[in-house]
Amino acid sequence: MKIAVCIKRVPDSETRVKIASDGKSIDEAGVKFILNPYDEFAVEEALRLKEKAGTGEVVVVALGSVAAQETIRTALAMGADRGVLLQSQGLPPDGLETAKGLAAELKDAGFDLILFGKMAIDDYNHQVGPMVAELLDLPCVTTVAHLEIAGGRGTAEREIEGGVEVVEFPLPAVLTTDKGLNEPRYPALKGIMAAKKKPLEVKLTAPGPGALEIIALTLPPERQAGKIVGEGSAAVAELVRLLREEAKVL
Amino acid sequence: MSNVLAVLEQRDGAIRKVSHEVVTGARRLADALAASAGVEALVLAAGTVRGADQLGAFGADKVITLTHPGFGMYAPEGYARAIVDRVNAANFGAVVFAASATGKDLAPRVAARLGRPLVQDITDVSVAGGAVIAIRPVYAGKALLKVRVVGSPAVLSLRPNVFTPVHRPKAGAQESVPVGGSAGRVVVTQIKAAPAGTLDVAEAPIIVSGGRGLKEPANFTVLEQLAAAFGGRAAVGASRAVVDAGWRPHADQVGQTGKTVSPTLYVAVGISGAIQHLAGMRTSKVIVAINKDKDAPIFKVADYGIVGDLFEVVPKLTEEIKKLHG
Repeated sequence: MKIAVCIKRVPDSETRVKIASDGKSIDEAGVKFILNPYDEFAVEEALRLKEKAGTGEVVVVALGSVAAQETIRTALAMGADRGVLLQSQGLPPDGLETAKGLAAELKDAGFDLILFGKMAIDDYNHQVGPMVAELLDLPCVTTVAHLEIAGGRGTAEREIEGGVEVVEFPLPAVLTTDKGLNEPRYPALKGIMAAKKKPLEVKLTAPGPGALEIIALTLPPERQAGKIVGEGSAAVAELVRLLREEAKVL
Repeated sequence: MSNVLAVLEQRDGAIRKVSHEVVTGARRLADALAASAGVEALVLAAGTVRGADQLGAFGADKVITLTHPGFGMYAPEGYARAIVDRVNAANFGAVVFAASATGKDLAPRVAARLGRPLVQDITDVSVAGGAVIAIRPVYAGKALLKVRVVGSPAVLSLRPNVFTPVHRPKAGAQESVPVGGSAGRVVVTQIKAAPAGTLDVAEAPIIVSGGRGLKEPANFTVLEQLAAAFGGRAAVGASRAVVDAGWRPHADQVGQTGKTVSPTLYVAVGISGAIQHLAGMRTSKVIVAINKDKDAPIFKVADYGIVGDLFEVVPKLTEEIKKLHG
């Protein structure tokens, strides 16, 4: 089974966001970058599918700055076989341009599955996976929380409001992974050492500008400091009164 | 052209409530684009859809049901093709979806087929110089990104619970159009429904959320009872700590690696308020925190706080809420 996993380098979820002086991006000084948490589920699932099949290859593909090499090495340390960095000067805000860049690399490469995390925790775009599927005319299921592959077909489960959708699809296909699909492994020391020697191909790429222009990136308005209504269950009656009469939400 | 296409959702042959928000948002956008702009509401289904006749009340000039035997449940490829055909036939200024489980899956497919950018999960929309301007939370709400869409149509999905439905009566003329061709290779074979009355945290107007302060999974019954007291309007949410510990399903997680929510009322119980959790719920209209630690960061974003033992405070609160609804 030949599987591609598309990954992204993102700021850690504990990051305190500061706006850069251009007013359109974050200040990256002191920010710790990680492999996008949802992409970890994709890498893990790819490794498990390959292990189960007993043969195959897991290729990690990232589109981004030169620093994303480090992120690819993380996935290689988990056990992926080789990496490809589509190196660009930043990413355009238009996710379709990212999708075009990835699709050009993945086209006609003979992958049985192309996996993505369901979204990146920085831009929250939630779109590049299904866009790549459309560009390559492949079946696609997003936010997969359970997966079974057998005989060239797959069955996936995805969470919807108030239930779970059971979805069937033929391979090759594009899937995006959700939390709950698996428990990603931590790279062992041996894996980290091995990852340094695994092939990582760098290709320069220049995504188009796209059709979205950033006007501004701002911090959300601070919430007004609230009040402590009181201590213990004695304060509950006053809380309910405030919710009814002041906040008017009950 | 400045007409707006609102793509709606049905389940089991009935319009989903979030669709009223989509029509409301589409109406607002259409009015901003041009005085004469119309809203066309589009529903995809296997047959007649209950509630389609009420969409005129929220501002739909026309309601079109695209019918196909394979459209009873979500058919991603068939839906995308039918919507794109509709867009290409009529030249819309914008196409608007709900940022729901279905909408977030469908909108990227439609945008890619149209060769247009997608602005996903927006919380505000306006028009300046003829261009659509949208605001969307990024970094789980730690920052807000304001973007301008160059060219048309603008493809947008609206965050649930933000575009409060407004009655704006329009004609709402009904039309049903059969669609031919394949429903696609990706087939939803069934929906395993959650227990009746279960609300999703992303769409619930009230969320009662619990963290490590609950001490053990079984204690979440305390929160379930409080949620039930709100009479079917509340969902139970959870912090990352308790989801990672396996106490609660991931579907309930609020925060940067869970859901970002904007309910009318968010009650945080035994949640200290890690930055990645605060990011996911800070756009709630009113936040209540119940925590035994008076220095917990959650109190910095809460409108109202009670310092105390949740196992005493929450049952008392449940009792008081029951009185209101009794």
